[in-house]
Amino acid sequence: MTQFRRIAFALGVAAAGFSAFATAADVTGAGSSFVYPVLSKWSATFAEKTGNHVNYQSIGSGGGIAQIKAGTVDFGASDKPLDAQELGKFGLGQFPSVIGGIVPAYNIDGVESGKLVLDGDALAGIFLGKITNWNDAAIAKLNPGLKLPDAKITVVHRSDGSGTSFNFTNYLSKVSADWKAKVGEGTAVEWPTGIGGKGNEGVSAYVKQIKNSIGYVEYAYALKNNIGYALMTNAAGKTIKPGNAAFQAAAATADWAHAADFNLIMTNAPGAEAWPITATTWVIMYKQPKNAANSKVVFDFFKWSLEHGQAQALELDYVPLPEALVKQIEAYWQTQFKH
Amino acid sequence: MSANVYRRRYAKNVVAQALASAAALLALMFLAWILWVTVSRGVQAIGVSLFTKITAYADQGGLANAIIGSLIIDAMAIALCAPVGVLAGAYLAEYARGTRMGETIRFLNDILLSAPSIVLGLFVYVIVVLPMTAATNGSITFSALAGSIALALIGLPVIVRTTDEMLQLVPSTLREAALSLGIPQWKLTVQVLMRAAGSGILTGVLLALARLAGETAPLLFTAFGNNYTALSPLAKMASLPAAIYQYTNDPNPAMHAIAWAGALLITLFVLALSLIARAVFARQKTSHE
Amino acid sequence: MKEGTPHSGGVPGFFTGLSMPIATHVADPGNDRSRIDARNDALFRGILRVCALLVLAALLGAALSTLWGGREVLFGDGWHFLASSQWNPVENRYGAWAPIYGTLVTSLIAIVIAVPLSFGIALCLTEVAPLWLRTPVATAIELLAAIPSIIYGMWGLFVFVPFMAAHVDPMLDSTLGRLPFVGALFRGPPLGLGLLTAGIVLAIMIVPFISSVMREVFQTVPARLKESAYALGSTTWEVVWDIVLPYTRQAVIGGIFLGLGRALGETMAVTFVLGNAYDLSASLLMPGTSISSSIANEFNEAVGLHRSALIALGFLLFVVTFVVLLIARRMLRSLKRKEGNA
Repeated sequence: MTQFRRIAFALGVAAAGFSAFATAADVTGAGSSFVYPVLSKWSATFAEKTGNHVNYQSIGSGGGIAQIKAGTVDFGASDKPLDAQELGKFGLGQFPSVIGGIVPAYNIDGVESGKLVLDGDALAGIFLGKITNWNDAAIAKLNPGLKLPDAKITVVHRSDGSGTSFNFTNYLSKVSADWKAKVGEGTAVEWPTGIGGKGNEGVSAYVKQIKNSIGYVEYAYALKNNIGYALMTNAAGKTIKPGNAAFQAAAATADWAHAADFNLIMTNAPGAEAWPITATTWVIMYKQPKNAANSKVVFDFFKWSLEHGQAQALELDYVPLPEALVKQIEAYWQTQFKH
Repeated sequence: MSANVYRRRYAKNVVAQALASAAALLALMFLAWILWVTVSRGVQAIGVSLFTKITAYADQGGLANAIIGSLIIDAMAIALCAPVGVLAGAYLAEYARGTRMGETIRFLNDILLSAPSIVLGLFVYVIVVLPMTAATNGSITFSALAGSIALALIGLPVIVRTTDEMLQLVPSTLREAALSLGIPQWKLTVQVLMRAAGSGILTGVLLALARLAGETAPLLFTAFGNNYTALSPLAKMASLPAAIYQYTNDPNPAMHAIAWAGALLITLFVLALSLIARAVFARQKTSHE
Repeated sequence: MKEGTPHSGGVPGFFTGLSMPIATHVADPGNDRSRIDARNDALFRGILRVCALLVLAALLGAALSTLWGGREVLFGDGWHFLASSQWNPVENRYGAWAPIYGTLVTSLIAIVIAVPLSFGIALCLTEVAPLWLRTPVATAIELLAAIPSIIYGMWGLFVFVPFMAAHVDPMLDSTLGRLPFVGALFRGPPLGLGLLTAGIVLAIMIVPFISSVMREVFQTVPARLKESAYALGSTTWEVVWDIVLPYTRQAVIGGIFLGLGRALGETMAVTFVLGNAYDLSASLLMPGTSISSSIANEFNEAVGLHRSALIALGFLLFVVTFVVLLIARRMLRSLKRKEGNA
């Protein structure tokens, strides 16, 4: 028995030693995979400057929300905002972090990247399985002068639940009543047609391999991996090429000022130059944190990132938040969060 | 007539041996194919920076923290599941043969084999991570230890299954001989039977290691991951499979190359271990004989 | 011959007596050594028992936690959850039939391919190949088990799916696909992905598990058994089929279960090549989904009832495995009985 006690004591001492070792100024965040590259990059630079480690892991937005509620992490990150009721219930606040775009990606013989033009109706029709052929009149009328093949369309969607799918289906729900009624929006939906690829890499690999297919991926992914992407006609009726300017235009023209807790989804933004499928990721934190010291580090990190991390974000094909929005976020921190 | 029978038997034998060799060749071909794809896609990332840089995207990321993390987590996982698995297998083979209890455990073990790894990770999240978070008021949450417990649950049934089978195949004459010398049962089991079945048991442990070393899903909610280097078993820790998972979804093709290189590392790591283990085992065996 | 071959499963009754403390054999109550031995034996037995019970606890714990996590769907929707093939996260309506179907079909394909292949490999490595070649080849094949499953997935996605699309699928469609009845299994557009592709990738993954167990146990067959058969003029094939296989049958089946277990629960490799569509199609060339890939795909983003449905799927995988193993054991038992009568 005494021996047992001695062992238990030794274990206790060891555990205490380890825990002291483990808690050396590390803060933890979890959630959306969309922001993983840029948060990791920011974190590395922030660590060089301050010595504080911000450890962010992409376990998915749903996972991020669940973990912040369970109190296992210092901040969560989600591609889908929480509504006021849920924020209030758990004492949470949220703010956007960085902007990116989602593009329709295609593989059609003889049609180069950036040549195909689609609008919301046509895109919804294709993904509903109503437009089944590339030479359908609905596509042809948007593309006068482009020779589209008489070939069956293969639709590729994300098989994993993702913020990319959420923003894509949110956009289709906004522009097509038919889509809204039959499918709706979500990180995962019941797709009326097509095959599912896991992750950006799954969708882009299928689109590359299967002739006459169409899918959707993050803009950065399409750009870096030479996947053909389409132009879109936006809410103002203008045909837009995806790119940083078009994403920033969407963020700038979205009505943030009237969105409580930044609960606003940027798809189908009204601006003349706005890319219609633009997305952001929200950072979610406790207004009265359990661990105030860690929370302070998180605020320092995002303050530094939003004010000084723009160049690094652009390097990774993300678009930094417009300055006015950053000001608004900092005001939100002052009024809503206890530092 | 009898010559005919002989010829038929001979032909059957030749065909069977040819098909068997073809089967082995086919498996080797797939191995070469997969390894070739892994090497050719990862080769541009293989270099010093893979081992010196961490996953936090300092310049172009590396895998240093993930390699260290995987070594620690996998070692702890094997340390947890190998003894328990071997002893449980020995119980099934030596003490519970033909008993209802033995049959039940054997059956449940087979079910555990196919439990989706993410479910086991979730189970460990509930029984280790959440209580730990509550007990330490949030200062310890996810931990490498929790990750290795989840991985141990994945390796455990493989070891139990193989140990059980291998011990059962030790000829009964060995037991009879030992018992007639008055050797106690525990000594018989540990020093005679386990030694006789050692190569098979080792195979089981290596298969378990091979299986758990590549798992990602159970680590997300247990070891969590870390962009920085951590050494404490109670810290959040990076791992190679999780790093591969992160890098493959990255828009940058250079990151995909790192992912392939990481996969190659895991494969080589398990290969090296099984070669070493086999060599050690072979030497031990010859020195005892 | 058969009567003379000890079946590893049905070991003579003598050994069941082993569970008695050995000290009773060494009948000397005053002897310290035997008392210590008896105590050590009891202790040893206790430790082993605890370890075995840990396996039991792990399985029950994991299964019960999925039952608890999926209770809303399992007890709320009941039979609808099992029978429906609709999976609609937006309206929170969930049916598990498509994933169950996909899991069973892909695992069946994997076993049908992997078992003969593994047997061939084990035969080759124990009887056919030259001695110096056996260990290296065996190690190489075991290496297939060491490749992380995400790599099987990526290799499948980038290399094997296009290969299937370009060569295998059109070939099957134009040959086997033309046959009546069976043809329906092999008809479809050459997408490359789907149930068949997933089954083949699974087969490659489980071959090292089954073949290394087979090889190990084939080596344990006492040399005198094989030698006497050879002396009687048996061919290598006859020795393996009539002597080695019956002697090791129980363990061989154990190895197959090892592979089957892995196939039923395998996630990443399947997810990348299965096509992930909640469809029920007769053709093996069409996309499908499986229990574990559904969980892996959607778990990270799922909340509320959706998450509950995915955990309930996890519980169903335990149930499916239970049923599959039960059927397999029944079949084995009836096989044994037939042999006993013969």
